[in-house]
Amino acid sequence: MNCLTNKYSINTLAMKVMILMVIACFLCSCANKPKHAFEMKSSQVQVRSYQTRAYDTTDKVLLLRSVIATLQDLEFIIDKADIEFGVVSATKLNRYSIRMTITIRKRGERQLLVRANAHYNLRTIEDPMPYQDFFAALNKSTFLTNHAVD
Amino acid sequence: MLIKHLVLITVMVVVTGCVSSKLPKEAFKLSPTSLEDKHMQTRQFVSVQRDDLLLASAGVLQDLGYALDESNSKLGVLSASKMIDATDAGQVLGSILVAILIGSSAPVDDKQKIRVCLVVHQGLGDSQSSLARITIQRIVWNTQGKISKAQSVKEPELYTAFFEKLSKAVFLEANSI
Repeated sequence: MNCLTNKYSINTLAMKVMILMVIACFLCSCANKPKHAFEMKSSQVQVRSYQTRAYDTTDKVLLLRSVIATLQDLEFIIDKADIEFGVVSATKLNRYSIRMTITIRKRGERQLLVRANAHYNLRTIEDPMPYQDFFAALNKSTFLTNHAVD
Repeated sequence: MLIKHLVLITVMVVVTGCVSSKLPKEAFKLSPTSLEDKHMQTRQFVSVQRDDLLLASAGVLQDLGYALDESNSKLGVLSASKMIDATDAGQVLGSILVAILIGSSAPVDDKQKIRVCLVVHQGLGDSQSSLARITIQRIVWNTQGKISKAQSVKEPELYTAFFEKLSKAVFLEANSI
């Protein structure tokens, strides 16, 4: 009888532990954390370095068109395009969702800076590799535009 | 038995809710078919000015019942979308058969949002022609209201059908119809 009671209380304890784990999981990982809204994993300088490239041109419209063409090549749909501010936002859907924002601004008298930042399924992409791939594709598009190859 | 269920729930919460899937490596790489896709998505309109093609493009999207979400005339960008039915007879039949066999019906595709982006620019090295490129995406919701598909649309016949309508719209605009 004692053995049965012990077994029963062990099971009850295990159940309680499991229930607590489930609740803890919900509370710890799924709750809102607004305190992280302005936190960064890398430094601002590091983030800017892998998200930005300088192009030796002053033709903002041409560069914006190249960005749009590249985004189309990569199967994005343009959500927003603002020539004055130099901003393009686009979304890619391929069983997943990637939202990308590209800004273009002047750097000195001879260059334009292109900065890209992207979100994969609502999370910021903090790996430099996808940005390198994007700029590699943009370089190809710029090459095509410059050399009138279609 | 209850403990087993709780372990299962714990694992499911950890697996589905708290671990995000990784970004696919090819997400920002040009696909091997990107040149073919570009060819399928692009048409050249000879003796048509860029601005006229842009107006005709806006017109044909309105003809097709699309709502314009974004436009930028200097960049030649038009983005538009519309909701349409996504019911597929084969899928419905399959769901009915499943319902007969197991007693509960599986959700089927219900409605879809078609998103299009049209970019118009002057022909390279040819001021007398213009180019239009359209890309298409769709988001499909099932009968339970959940997203069942979110993808680029690459069916060539859809692009052909669109450009046929655009050609007609160019003609109508040119003749002020």
